Amino acid sequence: MARMTMREAISKALWEEMERDERVFIMGEEVGVWGGAYAVTKGFYDRFGEKRVRDTPIAEAAIVGGAIGAAMTGARPIAELMTINFAFVAMDHIVNEAAKLHYMFAGQFKLSLVIRAVSGGGRQLAATHSQTPDAIFAHFPGLKVVSPGTPADAKGLLKSAIRSDDPVLFIENATLYQTKGEVPEDEDYLEPLGKSKVQREGDDVTIVAYSKMVPAALEAAKRLADEGIEAEVVDLRSLRPLDMDPVIASFKRTNRAVIAEEGWRSYGVGSEVSARIYELAFDYVDAPVKRVAQAEVPLPYNARLEQLALPQTEDIYHAVKEVING
Amino acid sequence: MADVVTMPKLGFDMAEGTLVRWVKAEGDPVEKGEVIAEIETDKATVEVESSYQGVMARHLAGEGAELPVNAPIAVVAAEGEELSDEEIDAMVGGTGATKAEKPAPKAEKPAEDDKTPEEKPAPAGEQADEVTPAGGVRSSPLARRMAEDHNIQLSKVDGSGPQGRIVKKDIEAYLESMRAAGREEAAEKVGKALQPLTAFTPGEIPEDEVVAMSRLRQAISRRMQDSNQNFPHFYLTRVYKTGALMQLRKELNQLLPEEDKLSVNDFILKAVALALRQYPNLNASIEDESHLRHHGHVNVGVAVAVEGGLMTVVCKDADQKPLRLIGREVREKAGRARDGKVKPEDIEGSTFSVSNLGMFGIDEFAAIINPPEAGILAVSAVQNVPAVEDGELVIASRMKATLSADHRVTDGAEAAEFMAVLAEYLEEPLRLLV
Repeated sequence: MARMTMREAISKALWEEMERDERVFIMGEEVGVWGGAYAVTKGFYDRFGEKRVRDTPIAEAAIVGGAIGAAMTGARPIAELMTINFAFVAMDHIVNEAAKLHYMFAGQFKLSLVIRAVSGGGRQLAATHSQTPDAIFAHFPGLKVVSPGTPADAKGLLKSAIRSDDPVLFIENATLYQTKGEVPEDEDYLEPLGKSKVQREGDDVTIVAYSKMVPAALEAAKRLADEGIEAEVVDLRSLRPLDMDPVIASFKRTNRAVIAEEGWRSYGVGSEVSARIYELAFDYVDAPVKRVAQAEVPLPYNARLEQLALPQTEDIYHAVKEVING
Repeated sequence: MADVVTMPKLGFDMAEGTLVRWVKAEGDPVEKGEVIAEIETDKATVEVESSYQGVMARHLAGEGAELPVNAPIAVVAAEGEELSDEEIDAMVGGTGATKAEKPAPKAEKPAEDDKTPEEKPAPAGEQADEVTPAGGVRSSPLARRMAEDHNIQLSKVDGSGPQGRIVKKDIEAYLESMRAAGREEAAEKVGKALQPLTAFTPGEIPEDEVVAMSRLRQAISRRMQDSNQNFPHFYLTRVYKTGALMQLRKELNQLLPEEDKLSVNDFILKAVALALRQYPNLNASIEDESHLRHHGHVNVGVAVAVEGGLMTVVCKDADQKPLRLIGREVREKAGRARDGKVKPEDIEGSTFSVSNLGMFGIDEFAAIINPPEAGILAVSAVQNVPAVEDGELVIASRMKATLSADHRVTDGAEAAEFMAVLAEYLEEPLRLLV
């Protein structure tokens, strides 16, 4: 184990997998000479060279489309999108190609492709660069969608994504890059895709979260514990495939749940998880499930308004109090 | 929409708190998370934060009031919302400030009850919990399931959730009170309250005491000793799959009036009666050294625990009767047996017996044959157990039953066939309906 930031954990996963398998290469804007918009690939260019760390034009459709072509011929590309907001430019490639080629060509092609994309708000980048549209991508069968909440999971899940023969959208939250945690140093440390994980145990209420909402939920749980309320925090880690087993097992004990996501409430992750709770554990429901999510507005640029619109630890705390009293 | 703020539970063992000071006066705006009052528990003084945003519309308790957990203490209205006293009273279930010691709003009187559904605004955008549920009692799905499991009528339970919704802890509290009161209706399902240790003083050893046996006790002694000593018993145990039976019972009971609801035992009696019709040697008695009597009637005896002993009431011609009549007959006769008003025809003429200790959670037992019958079936509890079905480990409903049979009359293989036929009836219970 070593204590490191999520940025270092992601960088480490990429580096180790590049060393391990020469078919793995990176392409994206500023990933090479500059070392990455978020400094994740610093030093990679010098070590692996321009063929395996490829700077591209500012053209997301070309980045994803090119990576898909490379993957079809047997390479294992990692396409980096500076922000997930630019994935909309590459939507046709992601949705109609990456998610479908293996299926439509009857398995003739495997797409061992990872698309890394930075999601989330909170850095005053204004409405078009601050979205958390993770749920949109989780809508499509054929595409795995992964988003870690801790440095250790970031490393283990990214390595699994790179080794996977399926296309994986790996969503990183920019405000988590500086968070620190213990990370296994084993070069074969893998976390399974499509498996939720209990990050904190408790018997009074279930908080379901992923990505940035995981540390927020853990912080809320700490405050609640001071008042004698023990919250169980289940980290989804993958939005597709969505593993409900730990959520349902927890809910059957607590009978109350809060679901926290950074994106908007409508048609979101909370909507899906909540619906499945009612489908799978209706007889265990003791209070209406609550969702904590972003205010339904384009995210403001103004720093205070932005923080007001984004879901906070405080909101999770109050939502738990409401489901406990309800 | 206005919301009721209740006395929060600020610690695991907190039962009540004292309202020390109002921080928000009536009319003050209230933000989510803002402190509205200070509460003193037996441990500390704590600030109560609002979970709602709006305006402090009404204090329901004065400073210094001692209130149980979940008692309404204030109403927070939405900004600009005008609430009349009547509306506020309705929201907290007819309790004004002076009655704030009442622990929870009554479930039967939710805020909107006086309006018919037609008078309500269109449901678009209306929150689900605003709608009065079918049956008129608000309750969580979990509470409803628990109530069903324990045979509790929800209308008897006070709800402590928002707008009087009955939640898990209300059912638990109700069960607790039933146990404490030793009430029969619930005791059967819940288990009786532990007896207080009045007859026992540590360190004092009482003298031996010789007590007279009742006539019933003497009769049981005599007959059971005779049976167990003189008649060669053998025992066969089989596990029955009861998932379909439990489901069928649930569905049938939804159709039946309260007084005719079927017990698991009613199904077993019918199944046993039909199986006995196929195995005359088990519905038989020893006539003399060289003859058996195969009984024409299939009269199934049911062991009933009564004060000081046990009686066997008889369900006559159970193979010919629908479940509903079997249930009714056994209930009536068992009731008379327990009340000491049993009639001779209630306890005479059984040709085979069933003893069911399932309601006591018994896993498996063997019974002694009630002479001159040829067998008795000892039925244990229906339980959810780990089981292997189609190569998969699953949670399944199972029940064990043990047949005690008289070896003078029948043999192991025949008795085993009888148990297998019983399985056909119990595991495919639709057969019991035709």
